[in-house]
Amino acid sequence: MATEGTVILDGTGIKRALTRIAHEILEKNKGVKGLVLVGIRTGGVHLAHELAARLAEIEGENVPVGAVDITLYRDDIKEHTEHLPVGKTEIPFTIEGYNVVLVDDVLYTGRTIRAAMDALMDHGRPTSIQLAVLVDRGHRELPIRADFVGRNVPTSRTENIQVIFDAANRPTDVVLQK
Amino acid sequence: MGFKHKDIIALRDLTKEDMELLLSTAESMREINSRDIKKVPTLRGKTIINLFYEASTRTRTSFEIAAKRLSADTVNISPSTSSATKGETLADTALNLLSMKPDIIVMRHAVSGAHYFLTQKVSCSVINAGDGAHEHPSQGLLDMLTIKDKYGRLDGLKVAIVGDITHSRVARSDIQGLTKMGSHVFLAGPPTMVPPAVERLGNVTACATMKEAIQDADVVIMLRIQQERQGKTLMPNAREYSRYFGLNPENLKLAKPDAIVMHPGPINRGVEMSSYVVDGPRSHVLKQVENGVAVRMAMLYHVCGGELE
Amino acid sequence: MNLLIRNGRVIDPSQGIDDTLDVAVENGLVKEIGKGLKAPAGAETIDAAGNYVVPGLVDMHVHLRDPGLEYKEDIVSGTRAAAAGGFTSVACMPNTKPVIDNKAVASYIIAKSRAEGFANVFPIGSITYGSNGERLAEMGELKESGCVAVSDDGRPVVNAELMRRALEYARGMGILVISHAEDLSLVGEGVMNEGFTSTELGLKGIPSVAEDIATARDVMLAEYTRSPLHIAHVSTRGSLRIIREAKGRGVQVTCETAPHYFSLTDDAVRGYNTNAKMNPPLREADDVAAVKEALKDGTIDAIATDHAPHHIDEKDVEFNVAMNGIVGLETSLPLSLKLVEEKVLTLPQLIEKMACKPASILGIDRGTLKAGAVADITVIDPAVEWTVAAENLASKSKNSPWLGEKMKGGAAYTILGGKIVYKR
Repeated sequence: MATEGTVILDGTGIKRALTRIAHEILEKNKGVKGLVLVGIRTGGVHLAHELAARLAEIEGENVPVGAVDITLYRDDIKEHTEHLPVGKTEIPFTIEGYNVVLVDDVLYTGRTIRAAMDALMDHGRPTSIQLAVLVDRGHRELPIRADFVGRNVPTSRTENIQVIFDAANRPTDVVLQK
Repeated sequence: MGFKHKDIIALRDLTKEDMELLLSTAESMREINSRDIKKVPTLRGKTIINLFYEASTRTRTSFEIAAKRLSADTVNISPSTSSATKGETLADTALNLLSMKPDIIVMRHAVSGAHYFLTQKVSCSVINAGDGAHEHPSQGLLDMLTIKDKYGRLDGLKVAIVGDITHSRVARSDIQGLTKMGSHVFLAGPPTMVPPAVERLGNVTACATMKEAIQDADVVIMLRIQQERQGKTLMPNAREYSRYFGLNPENLKLAKPDAIVMHPGPINRGVEMSSYVVDGPRSHVLKQVENGVAVRMAMLYHVCGGELE
Repeated sequence: MNLLIRNGRVIDPSQGIDDTLDVAVENGLVKEIGKGLKAPAGAETIDAAGNYVVPGLVDMHVHLRDPGLEYKEDIVSGTRAAAAGGFTSVACMPNTKPVIDNKAVASYIIAKSRAEGFANVFPIGSITYGSNGERLAEMGELKESGCVAVSDDGRPVVNAELMRRALEYARGMGILVISHAEDLSLVGEGVMNEGFTSTELGLKGIPSVAEDIATARDVMLAEYTRSPLHIAHVSTRGSLRIIREAKGRGVQVTCETAPHYFSLTDDAVRGYNTNAKMNPPLREADDVAAVKEALKDGTIDAIATDHAPHHIDEKDVEFNVAMNGIVGLETSLPLSLKLVEEKVLTLPQLIEKMACKPASILGIDRGTLKAGAVADITVIDPAVEWTVAAENLASKSKNSPWLGEKMKGGAAYTILGGKIVYKR
């Protein structure tokens, strides 16, 4: 995908950030026991798989990865002139009693995270929900903060941050567009 | 890409892309129906009126469950509780209901095309839950979803539809939907129940015998025979009908070995289908019902997308 | 009531005239036709250059709804619509309330139209008492009261024996029977033509054979009883084949069609358009072609509108519930002029079918510009372009399938007994 803008995090930088987040997750949760990852469609799902791979590398154990689509939980549904296509939510395991790490690519207003947490709650009662994001660009509109952050990037509201993935859904760049 | 229609009245009015979107959304909706908390907040604050001028248990219930799972508020109005018996016109009923600010009216009506008339009168979305012998789009879509679940596709399939094609809104929606998606539809029924020029509806073949229609079919859809309607001049009786146009384990062997059997219900056991088939391994009748909720959720979701330019 | 109509193309098939001439009218009668005529004393002069000057058009099949159904139309509004459409004479069907099955109703219609109307109105009495298909109406008295034909139009005479007797009895009384040819058992609950469109729309179909069979029956009865018969609103290839063949054998049968049967197909019903719902229903392209062939070869004698006004409450409803019929008086002329453009008919042939023939079938002294004839004259502007709009229709009802459509041609002047009753 060709996107114009300033690269603020390249492939190597992303790898380092994800590795660090993986270690922080393990440290906070004292291993992978009772841990599941749930990515927010679509970028967050790809990143959740990246994190799971690193956790498996470090701990030698596979962590379940699920996907949540938040379209049906959006709070801006009336503002769209036509409804967005609904993606599939796939959480083929119980989250009841588990520590769920919610994964997204960019944290902005916090509304997506609110919707994702509501969706998760409808699937059961997790012990905790933690939030991992690759980029936090500020401008929160809800009292939400990330537990694990790849990079804090101060932005203006007119700017846009995009995480670019390759054909194999691996993150290649984080781009800032004016 | 998006759904550009305020109303869903007929699959004839929808494009292949429209139907693909509805089916894809329905597939996503299915996840909600399988979990403990079967509810999402999507249509919170929306009011949906189920206006049923004809009796219907399964379609009305299915639409109601679909609405409730999307957190919409639903009101059911049927002729016995409405003003229809007092001689109020459809236009007046519609305007009265509109004053109560519904977002969607889901209507079943005995007159073909009544929904187009309704849309001229009301500004809210209108969904057709069956109009006369015209269309039954939610049934068409749930049939398509059920077939897609089995084969992963709709194009290139041989679908047989057997029964009273002339009076069947299900047949019309199935024909419109399936042929647009690339299926080849084969029709069979007594000539008294096959309407003129039906082959011009799309990739449709009208067969002389039931055998010809179901031979090597991937899907066999059996239509309900209403003895009170067809009994007068269209066929001698249910016994003879069943003999020539009923599906039984014997003639089902003509279809492909893993062919699926569907029926919009309610079934007259022993007339259009033998119980051995209804309750047999090929029967997808209950899957159809299950898919009905998901498809109707998708329809409600997409028509609720607001005013379009 | 003196007029001089100058320099128009005068077409009078009754005299074989088609030339640029003047028409002089004196005391409400045609005085003479010729070149360079002098205006009669005190005459108003109409410059008709570029226009056609023809015998006042005669519509042998309209519904004026008066008495009893004046919320749809009445004699004043209906004849105003006639005048606006170029018609100076109309024959009105008896399905009023009460039915025209007695002298009182017929006399009322004639008296009211003479006093307040904008066209001559010739009532058509009913074949059976109350048009209920059970007992013959008093055709002798109906004729004496001014009725020009009898018909149960709107419904067929179901009982073949009764139809046989009606034809025989009417022959004795010297009055024409007009058949509404429809086999009700085949029509069933049908609401439109049976064909691909009805299949797609899921509407119950009326097969064309429902008309063919009834036409065949009545033609055979007319032949057997040696009685004259006129078939109303013919719409199918099958009916026309039967009529053509019967005429060839010398059966005294005439027939009419309506502009919608050569202008529209059942495609017009798409969208569940109740203004395309009528009886007989709009047919398919092949029937439209057959109607044009039959106009051309003379099988169809007359063009009549079957002007059937209905209130908006009877049309702005679900398709099945809507009443049958459309208004036609004000659109008939431009739609029929298209037949000339399409070379189906010559202009004199068209005027013959819209004026002379209907007059002669009904036996009324109209449809001619012979010296001494009542000066019912239509001046047609063939070039005028206009749009059909509900607010511009003179009829009380607006149930036209052509609302919003452009028309070419129309009456410039409609002259009734030497008096201008309509001017565009």
